[in-house]
Amino acid sequence: MTSVPVRVNEDLCIAEKGCTVCVDVCPLDVLAIDIVKGKAFMKFDECWYCMPCEKDCPTGAVTVDIPYLLR
Amino acid sequence: MQTQTQTVDVLVIGGGTAGPMAAVKAKEANPALKVLLLEKANVKRSGAISMGMDGLNNAIVPGHATPEQYVKEITIANDGIVNQKTVMAYAENSFAMIEELDRWGVKFEKDETGDYAMRKVHHMGTYVLPMPEGHDIKKVLYRRLKRARIEITNRLVATRLLLAEDGSIAGAMAFDCRSGDFHIIRAKAVILATGAAGRLGLPSSGYLFGTYENPTNAGDGYSMAYHAGAELSGIECFQINPLIKDYNGPACAYVTGPLGGYTANNKGERFIECDYWSGQMMMEFYRELEGGNGPVFLKLDHLAEETIQNIETILHSNERPSRGRFHEGRGTDYREQMVEMHISEIGLCSGHSASGVWVNEFAETTVKGLYAAGDLACVPHNYMLGAFVYGKIAGESAAAYCAQAPLAEVDEIQIATERERVWAPLSRPDGLPPLQVEYKLRRMVNDYLQPPKVTRKMEIGLQRFEEIRHDLDRLSASNPHELMRALEVHAIRDCAEMAARASLYRTESRWGLYHNRVDYPARNDEDWFVHVQLKKLNGEMHCFKRPIEPYIIELDEQEKTAYQKLRISKDALSNAREQDTLTSV
Ligand SMILES: Cc1cc2nc3c(=O)[nH]c(=O)nc-3n(C[C@H](O)[C@H](O)[C@H](O)COP(=O)(O)OP(=O)(O)OC[C@H]3O[C@@H](n4cnc5c(N)ncnc54)[C@H](O)[C@@H]3O)c2cc1C
Ligand code: SF4
Ligand code: SF4
Repeated sequence: MTSVPVRVNEDLCIAEKGCTVCVDVCPLDVLAIDIVKGKAFMKFDECWYCMPCEKDCPTGAVTVDIPYLLR
Repeated sequence: MQTQTQTVDVLVIGGGTAGPMAAVKAKEANPALKVLLLEKANVKRSGAISMGMDGLNNAIVPGHATPEQYVKEITIANDGIVNQKTVMAYAENSFAMIEELDRWGVKFEKDETGDYAMRKVHHMGTYVLPMPEGHDIKKVLYRRLKRARIEITNRLVATRLLLAEDGSIAGAMAFDCRSGDFHIIRAKAVILATGAAGRLGLPSSGYLFGTYENPTNAGDGYSMAYHAGAELSGIECFQINPLIKDYNGPACAYVTGPLGGYTANNKGERFIECDYWSGQMMMEFYRELEGGNGPVFLKLDHLAEETIQNIETILHSNERPSRGRFHEGRGTDYREQMVEMHISEIGLCSGHSASGVWVNEFAETTVKGLYAAGDLACVPHNYMLGAFVYGKIAGESAAAYCAQAPLAEVDEIQIATERERVWAPLSRPDGLPPLQVEYKLRRMVNDYLQPPKVTRKMEIGLQRFEEIRHDLDRLSASNPHELMRALEVHAIRDCAEMAARASLYRTESRWGLYHNRVDYPARNDEDWFVHVQLKKLNGEMHCFKRPIEPYIIELDEQEKTAYQKLRISKDALSNAREQDTLTSV
């Protein structure tokens, strides 16, 4: 478990091929692409655990956990 | 960072539920109009219905209910304080909207004969229409936006409306939460559809974004309308919801109720007759929670396996799909355990209660050229279908208005002042971090405004909010994302002040827990059978009374108190606060 609620499986993420779907759909705008790695990551811990990022990711790379304070 | 200007006919702010409908309907009314839909997030997945919806909470389907019955139900549920014409305008358009959404591809539950499968949840009538496959609703809306060729801009945060010299609307200002660019949008008409003020109280988890409402809805629209001089109404009628503890999402008694689930106390016993969310229901919930019978639970453990599987499929895939993960983490299985519930932090939302920007039955606010629809427009208990219907009304009204309205000149001073306010946090290297100020502000909202409302506490609250006003000038942001959080704190602070002032003004108790004033425990129809309005006058927040328009649907004597008798047990009388009956109008 990471310190932030949204985990990206870097083996599956295809951001280096130009995908930005999870970043686009997040209502809170808390995801971003690490340009150096070419992978998506959670940049701000401000999450509504609503799940568009996970649902819309074309490769199933995203997992949303319930934020620790609520768990 | 740059400043960009563009000109449109109709500007719709907020692309959640009401906004997309408003944009489509304005364009359909007059295809020659340039319509822009401006959204803080991304229209594809923004707003309360981001992942879908479990059902229509207020569907008026012929054969099950009439518009007249619905207007009565909401008048009574909202303790008489409604402009019935606005509720009627919703009610009369409700069924046509369901049929239109159905044609567009939104899936509603139907019985074997193809009729809508209506369920009774309200105290009196039958208004709930389940949507177990309601997850495509945003997709359907997006398709309609594309088909109507609506222009869309995502990730622009509207911050203030632009006014013409005569006080009518001239457009709006916004900034890009990724680049920081400042945007000026000139428009003949503006439709506000920015949703609830959902980041007002602090959830008891302490997580700023663990709110009931989509936290993107920080109350920006309430603040923009206020600063533009529009009247707001019913702000003291807070939104407080019965939710799953800590998860803070709806327990969904509306879904589970018709299948045999119910709200129970720690003995597993029912204590309310009706699960429909109202101030009176919340009062009983609060009493049970605080009394020896708390906590309160959603009880499903008595249901058949098949029913439970059905409930899991609906509740863990649709509206708040992370719910299953939450239960899993806590080891809660509906078959074995009841689900612990709690009451939410306070918010402002006319979709659920009655706080909003004042509108008439044409979705017109008191500012010329400014329209409002959805959770932030004061049409009590309007929910999702109300957002769609008022979106449509607002779109059509704005389109008609554009035909004769000139494009107003813009005032450079308003622009310069606003750009300075918006950009200021970026040039303060070591000021206050926005999230800290937000945390403190919202904690104070809990400390001083969460009902039961106490006069002295609310006065202290006002003092604290005043102090935090000065802190706004010390906010600092290191990037445009943080800047968005900083500007949201401005709006949340405005909403907190409005909530305190309107609550202090109404010196009686009404709407059960929503406006339970300890120092004025009785309902006082003689002095307070009125709307409480709030408006900016000479730079200050003012409250005043607005008379209730004569009812268009009379209430039957015995119905008037229906929502005040929600408690089941024999000791109801000793428990319940004395409440007068509605005065006849
Ligand atoms: C968890 C939950 C469950 C619900 N369940 C039901 C249900 O089962 N049945 C039912 O009928 N109703 C339900 N409701 C209520 C219903 O969803 C709302 O009443 C309705 O969707 C509100 O529509 P809206 O357009 O006003 O707000 P939203 O759909 O929330 O849209 C507001 C939009 O404005 C945008 N915005 C905010 N600020 C700005 C800004 N400054 N600039 C630009 N854009 C901005 C937001 O990003 C958002 O897209 C539920 C609500 C919630 C939160
Ligand atoms: S949507 Fe999936 S594949 Fe695309 S950037 Fe995000 S995590 Fe990577
Ligand atoms: S769960 Fe929702 S808020 Fe959290 S990162 Fe995903 S889309 Fe964004």
